[in-house]
Amino acid sequence: MLIGVLALQGAFREHQQTLAALGVSSRRVKKPEDLDGLDGLIIPGGESTTMSKLLGDYHLLTPLKDKTAAGLPVFGTCAGLIIMAKDIYGSNQTRLGLLDILVARNAFGRQVESFEDKLIIPAVGEKPFPAVFIRAPYVMEAKPEVKILATYKEKIVFVQQGKCLAAAFHPELTSDYRLHQYFINQL
Amino acid sequence: MAEKGTWTVKKGLAEMLKGGVIMDVTTPEQAKIAEEAGAVAVMALERVPADIRSAGGVARMADPAVILQIMETVTIPVMAKVRIGHFVEAQILEHLGVDYIDESEVLTPADEQHHINKHQFKVPFVCGARNLGEALRRIGEGAAMIRTKGEPGTGNVVEAVRHMRLMMAEIRRLQNLPPEELMAAAKELGAPYELMVQVAGEKCLPVVNFAAGGIATPADAAMMMQLGSDGVFVGSGIFKSKNPAARARAIVAATTYYHDPQILAEVSKDLGEAMPGLEIATIVPAERMQERGW
Repeated sequence: MLIGVLALQGAFREHQQTLAALGVSSRRVKKPEDLDGLDGLIIPGGESTTMSKLLGDYHLLTPLKDKTAAGLPVFGTCAGLIIMAKDIYGSNQTRLGLLDILVARNAFGRQVESFEDKLIIPAVGEKPFPAVFIRAPYVMEAKPEVKILATYKEKIVFVQQGKCLAAAFHPELTSDYRLHQYFINQL
Repeated sequence: MAEKGTWTVKKGLAEMLKGGVIMDVTTPEQAKIAEEAGAVAVMALERVPADIRSAGGVARMADPAVILQIMETVTIPVMAKVRIGHFVEAQILEHLGVDYIDESEVLTPADEQHHINKHQFKVPFVCGARNLGEALRRIGEGAAMIRTKGEPGTGNVVEAVRHMRLMMAEIRRLQNLPPEELMAAAKELGAPYELMVQVAGEKCLPVVNFAAGGIATPADAAMMMQLGSDGVFVGSGIFKSKNPAARARAIVAATTYYHDPQILAEVSKDLGEAMPGLEIATIVPAERMQERGW
């Protein structure tokens, strides 16, 4: 199995380390040809406006859309969630539109409001998940075809649609690998 | 129970900036240009380092009104600088809600012996360093991100290269030391012993390390990335050049595609004049910003 990690900017190294810990091979994706032969793709945390811009400028958007339309599963965290959304509140930035959701960027506030807390995610077991929210987005609205896997104080923070997953927080910054395992199990 | 201002979220924001470019801006218009070019964050200032250098006198924290205007203009993180040791300027910036504080040698130091106790703050700090000892002292004080100092406002990358190479060489040396020699090495570098042990084990700094001080071209940015930087700060290099928007876009691309000479050649074309540069030997030692910090 080979998982691509979009490596335009952000915490791609951490995702690769998590995948390695799970015994899964990974490849950095910066150019269209890096998409060939992947079983899944991770879009990491980072600055979504920077990634959106580079996706458009370096000819990745169309091949990525083609691959995902043909069934390539995608897992996004934080900025990844934003890029996977169909609608982004108050923004016209480039996106993949894989999830029928409306997201709000920096929705929990600026950096001084960034936080850690335990999250209940029934899909990955009873043990609370250590969630790290950094200038995090959340999902304001989700269409019925979107499965809500976790909420935090009534805000939607982890969703699934088909084989695509997206979290508003950063599992790659913790040593709890259950979310990555859950993604891999879908493949 | 939500915990704010933890080490994980402070260090974590820097992790999210990796592979990106942080640009100095002095107006909301410049901040917008930086954001549209793909900057991962902006540094809100009253004057860029080149102008601070030529103006002389005491350089201080920017006017909060300017910082707030910039925060209202962009959706990316906004950083701002305080003088070394000036913990009240830091309290003010934390209150304003800036996303990162740079305790910076670009401003005139407020304390000639002590840096800010950065553990006391919820907002994270980045600090400059010329070598491993300096980096680990700053991390010991609570810095959640490090950048090389280089020589700010010169458009000359030579000092940034010197500092990055030295830091990497010192990290490589630590890996080869037997454990009983780490204490003497800690004493020699003036670094906290526990952090020395951590660096020797993990073979890298415990926090993200960007390059700064003299980066003026896409090639400069890519070179710093190939030398092992996690990302770059560009101070005067963008808005002191002839075509800031194009140069900003090119440096963003060069920081992502730093291993790709074809893309680097493409983005380096037709950028117009870079900022005027300064030969380091022409700056008298007393005016070298990198000497500030203890």
